[in-house]
Amino acid sequence: MEKIIEVQHLSKSFGTNEVLKDINFSVSKGEVVCIIGSSGSGKSTLLRCINLLEKPSGGNILYKGVNILDDKHDIFAYRTKMGMVFQQFNLFNNHNVLGNCMVGQIKVLKRSKEEARRIAMNYLKVVGMDQYVNAKPKQLSGGQKQRVAIARALSMEPDVMLFDEPTSALDPEMVGEVLKVMKKLAEAGLTMLIVTHEMEFAREVADRVVFMDKGVIEEEGPPEQIFNNPVKERTREFLKRTLEKM
Amino acid sequence: MSLEWIVKIATRYWPMFLRGAGVTLYISIIGTVMGFIIGIIVGVIRTIPIPDKLYKKIILKSINAVLTTYVEVFRGTPMIVQAMVIYYGTIMTFGIDVNRMFAGIFIVSINTGAYMAEIVRGGIISVDKGQFEAAHAIGMNHFQTMAYVVLPQAIRNILPATGNEFVINIKDTSVLNVISVTELYFQTSSVAGINFRFFEAFFIASVIYFIMTFTVTRILRYIEKKLDGPENYTMYTEHLAEETAETAGRQI
Repeated sequence: MEKIIEVQHLSKSFGTNEVLKDINFSVSKGEVVCIIGSSGSGKSTLLRCINLLEKPSGGNILYKGVNILDDKHDIFAYRTKMGMVFQQFNLFNNHNVLGNCMVGQIKVLKRSKEEARRIAMNYLKVVGMDQYVNAKPKQLSGGQKQRVAIARALSMEPDVMLFDEPTSALDPEMVGEVLKVMKKLAEAGLTMLIVTHEMEFAREVADRVVFMDKGVIEEEGPPEQIFNNPVKERTREFLKRTLEKM
Repeated sequence: MSLEWIVKIATRYWPMFLRGAGVTLYISIIGTVMGFIIGIIVGVIRTIPIPDKLYKKIILKSINAVLTTYVEVFRGTPMIVQAMVIYYGTIMTFGIDVNRMFAGIFIVSINTGAYMAEIVRGGIISVDKGQFEAAHAIGMNHFQTMAYVVLPQAIRNILPATGNEFVINIKDTSVLNVISVTELYFQTSSVAGINFRFFEAFFIASVIYFIMTFTVTRILRYIEKKLDGPENYTMYTEHLAEETAETAGRQI
């Protein structure tokens, strides 16, 4: 299958603290990859490196075979191809729900207002937030905000959706509504890279699960392997610890 | 009798007071608006992230050095002194008598700009980092991020401080009398001088100053409320569809 993102020997340090060490992995078109691991293992940093919110210290990131870390590469155009969903939602506070989904389309992709509105409404329907177009972010619940954030990212019609712990800041009863939307997207064949603590969700939705520990990819494989027959000792320990809590 | 004199001066010289108040308001409005624009430009430039390329880095650092000097110099010297230096300085250098009103507006503008630059920078920093990240994540560059996401929020946050600058400007234009700008203080001095009635004339001036600043404060408070928008939102239903989508889209 066609590889959309290919990460080669990626490293990232904050000062002397090495957060990512020689990361190699790839995401193919239509694939749903979940990254799991304990806090501080570098999962989020990896995701943030992929859309260049963090600047990698070394290595390459290939997008459709082109190295985006190359000086000449237009990172702004590249970012429009990576839809990002944040743990803290980060909806634009100065825009209402519809505005959040339109501003990027109009100002960055230069779509017309009519087209942007049509696309935004379409994706707001997908996440079930089309009734709230006039609401401001502060008037929404966490789960609603996150669904709008997903619609905002989808409205740019990206090649890959990056989810950075999308349910970690939500109240337990709101986790379900967001996961449901994500599952729907996965079933629709969207390419997704998801950092998550929701093991059940990962097991159910992922084509491949990546387990990270202390800045390296410790193990990766299909969910059946990772969750049922993990090869590595660390993976087993981590799963035992997390699954016990549930 | 003081009261009699106040009434007498007010009735006889009200056109002078009014003209003075007009000039004061004119200079402070234009000065505040210009200062606000200068402040936003300086504030946005000073928050540009430092680029990787060496030559870009050098350019940005030199621009920042110039802007920092500007801010520090104009915040660090009294406006009354700046007025003298700039006004007589330009006369000496260019040998022409510059328009006093223009000089006054110029001085108030760059002075306000220096203060506003710091206020704007503070306003930009106060906006949540997640807003920048989300804007970058959908492909916006620094200026798009500023224009469509950060500044609208920052400006809302600095509106009270801006109003404060406006009120300060209404009062501080009085120092422009040193370069004979015919603002309220200058006019009052003239009236007082004609009649040798200083208390009465300046008492009237103080009332006029207060009315101006108080009104401005109220108006700005009203604008703040307006900007915050309604507390509630309407649900989007089919028959409202066109209308609501229309109004929602217009906000961008």
